[in-house]
Amino acid sequence: MATEVRFKLNGNRMQMTVEDHWTLLHLLREELGLTGTKEGCGSGECGACTVVVDGLAVNSCLYLAVDVAGKDVLTIEGLAGKDGTLHPLQKSFVENGGIQCGFCTPGMILASKALLDENPRPSEAEIKHALAGNLCRCTGYVPIFASIQAVIDQGIEEVDVVVRQSESPSD
Amino acid sequence: MTLPINNGNEGGPPGIGVSIPRADAYMKVSGREKYASDYYGEDLVWCGVKRAGVPHVVIGEIHTRAASETPGVLAVLTHSDVRGTNRQGVLQKDQPVLADDKARHCGDAVALVIAEDRHSLNKALDLVSFDYELLPGVFDAEEALEEGAPILHENHPQGNLLLSGEYRTGAGASAMAECDVVVEGSFRTPRQEHAYLETEAGWAQVQDDGRLFIVCSTQTPFRDRSEVAEALGLDLHDVRIKAPYPGGAFGGKDGVTVQTLLGLAALNSGGRPVRMQWDREESFLAGTKRHPARLYYRLGAKRDGTLHCLDVHMVLDTGPYDHLGGVVLALGLEHAGGAYRVPHVNLKGKCVYTNNPVGGAFRGFGVPQVTAAIEQMIDMTAEKLQMDPLETRLRNAVRRGDKNSIGKTLVNSTGLRECLKALGEHPLWKSRAEWKAGAGAFKRRGAGVAALTHASGYGPVVPDVANAKVELTREGKFLIYSGVVDMGQGNATTNLQIAGSILCQPTDGMELVLPDTDRTLPSGSASASRCTYTFGNALIGAAENLKTRILQRAADLLMARSRDEIVLIPGGVRHLVSGKDLPLSVIAGFMDEAERISVHHFKAPTAPENFDAGPGIRMHGFPHTLFSYAAHLALVEVDELTGEITVCRYVAISDCGTVVNPQIYEQQIQGAVAQGIGFALCEDLVSTQGLILTQDFAGYVIPTAADVPEIDSVPVEIFEPSGPFGLKGVGEIAMNGPLPAISNAVADACGVRIFEYPMTPERVLAAIRDACKRISE
Ligand code: FES
Ligand code: FES
Repeated sequence: MATEVRFKLNGNRMQMTVEDHWTLLHLLREELGLTGTKEGCGSGECGACTVVVDGLAVNSCLYLAVDVAGKDVLTIEGLAGKDGTLHPLQKSFVENGGIQCGFCTPGMILASKALLDENPRPSEAEIKHALAGNLCRCTGYVPIFASIQAVIDQGIEEVDVVVRQSESPSD
Repeated sequence: MTLPINNGNEGGPPGIGVSIPRADAYMKVSGREKYASDYYGEDLVWCGVKRAGVPHVVIGEIHTRAASETPGVLAVLTHSDVRGTNRQGVLQKDQPVLADDKARHCGDAVALVIAEDRHSLNKALDLVSFDYELLPGVFDAEEALEEGAPILHENHPQGNLLLSGEYRTGAGASAMAECDVVVEGSFRTPRQEHAYLETEAGWAQVQDDGRLFIVCSTQTPFRDRSEVAEALGLDLHDVRIKAPYPGGAFGGKDGVTVQTLLGLAALNSGGRPVRMQWDREESFLAGTKRHPARLYYRLGAKRDGTLHCLDVHMVLDTGPYDHLGGVVLALGLEHAGGAYRVPHVNLKGKCVYTNNPVGGAFRGFGVPQVTAAIEQMIDMTAEKLQMDPLETRLRNAVRRGDKNSIGKTLVNSTGLRECLKALGEHPLWKSRAEWKAGAGAFKRRGAGVAALTHASGYGPVVPDVANAKVELTREGKFLIYSGVVDMGQGNATTNLQIAGSILCQPTDGMELVLPDTDRTLPSGSASASRCTYTFGNALIGAAENLKTRILQRAADLLMARSRDEIVLIPGGVRHLVSGKDLPLSVIAGFMDEAERISVHHFKAPTAPENFDAGPGIRMHGFPHTLFSYAAHLALVEVDELTGEITVCRYVAISDCGTVVNPQIYEQQIQGAVAQGIGFALCEDLVSTQGLILTQDFAGYVIPTAADVPEIDSVPVEIFEPSGPFGLKGVGEIAMNGPLPAISNAVADACGVRIFEYPMTPERVLAAIRDACKRISE
């Protein structure tokens, strides 16, 4: 069974036919070639596949592609500006050493973005809680916290705050 | 590609000792870096493996018909389709690519399916079956050595004993009689899973010229090339392997995983590209693991705390194949006595075949296991003598010129004492009594230390060499050909830093070429804490050589009296006498290709001592000559009611030579400490009768963001004259510290010691209960 869906992906209006059993991860990586979203487990346990849907961080390996209908999806490819200017979180991960192998990085950054959009001044405990579903095997998380903290400390003005909308702009 | 990131020195060359951002950071942070698992391409087909699922059987007929008739299936291949030796392995070729005679563990590959898509692939894999005759299995390394135990490799001359070592110094164990105190302990360390986020993955295709091209997540492209060629019956030069940045490796991609299978699939896909990616369960099942170890220790000391005699027996479970088990044993033996002077030593070790998952390389290579033991034996000795544990270590710690516990004279920088002293001065150590006193109700707090040493390189026999290549392009840019994979440890960036510093170029004036058997030169594995040491030395040679050629050519062009009047500047050269500048593109135009490409070979120094620890042990790397050192401190809190251990603070003070890039150095320490905390507290790939019970991240728990404390990394920078810019290896050493430091801290907190790991809440509670029972009796 296939369904026709319309949604917004990284600011672009999309209209496509998706198979009902496809996950959002499959749709992104294999149908659309957006390989920035990673697969670490395929079963909701590692967070490598995290993308933001209507402002919420979700595991795209568990999210059915048909469910993006009418929603606004952000993947790592859509986070930097069109001219390649990095989002403050991306820049901070680069500068504060939040990256080693980098395989967890897209998911980590999107999970952090969803957190900061919702709660621009999270406590350390809130950061740890929000990222507890995103595994990193390389860094020991220390520089990842530092990267997020640096963005919080810089002040929120630079971070584009997305107000979650009940009505998606693609409708 | 140009990196739109400044290197902290806008437009200028990177300094040594400065944290320039990673060369790979921009691409990784924007999701554009292409990992092996991101290769797809036109007309792609998928391949996957039917695993045995039974631990020890004789394989009969393999039924492939139903699978091959499944719509979308291109081919179902078995061992009879393999034209080469069908064997792989780093040292001993004892592992079949596709099982022919027997399956020796549940993860053995029996058949390879090629299909149009993932869906038909999985369907077909379910339909492959095979006849087999069940054999009794052996799942315990010590039982595997008993008379009558089921034998895994009938033609292996020593039965299930893969390799053993025996080594004695002084009077050996008999000197125990001369000791004032003797402590004993037996320790069991778990089977640790690498759990890199990117599972084993790759892509392959037969190219138009008939050559097999494989892109894979690997630490060892050049060695893989030989293994693939031999196993599949191809000429070495008909195979090309390209190694993008792996999404983590830690030793688990040191050797062939998907490579040969992918190659075989590509040879049978009608020229279409093939892709393989193991899912998490398959990665747990078929990938290599840290060898579980049983360690039996006796340590004797004099009344004043001087160590006198050490007696060690260790048994390592290598699973069904050698892989790198022999090397793990040799390193375990070498580090069994830690970084101490011990005049009388008796070491025995065995690495044993079982029907358990395959043991292999994992950050630390046997050293985390033995360090867990020796560093607790030291605390137990100190306790018996009522001495301070730090003081006891300082009394016995090696200095340059000393013989270490295997009698190897330490000829390179040896900073253990400096690390221990710095630990003694650290505010967290000094204030530990107050901190402990602050524990809340039903909580106990403790502080534990561990002293560490870790060898680097391949040891005395296998040449530890690197071949660096640097090119000045016609356009006046520098290409730095990385011979050693960067699996996240950051050596690619360090290479730019080294080359940029010599050639006076900003990082965006240089471009990295990642390891590729067609383009870069063989430079060994990304392992053994050797990457930047060995390759960095080669790179210095290549860059210096090219610099000389450029300066000479510029001197001729500018009619300078000698090349000493010319210096490199970003993008060009300057004649200091006339003040004239020339861009590199102009100079490059006057140089032919042979002149613009510079290569340099470096071979790491080895120990001349000829220690006899049994046949084969020397070949597997015993002894080394260059060592890093460290002192670690863990502050832990134990919940008396739940048995839960929380690591509250962690300090790692390391002598890994001078620091070329502080951020990358710190990342190595912090990442290894986190893996060490997992090894200590929660990680255990549990299997019964060869079947893995912890099949996913819900069952096999690695530390999350909520479990890792603040980790304070303090470098003690001692210049190592043989290292590039004075550095030594930093990749593995910190992995060795957490288990003993935490266990010592738990003993300090609760007065109980746990000998079986990980230290789960159940084990902690049981230990506390036993102690209470003993007291009340
Ligand atoms: S791949 Fe989705 S959570 Fe791991
Ligand atoms: S950087 Fe490798 S998993 Fe996080």
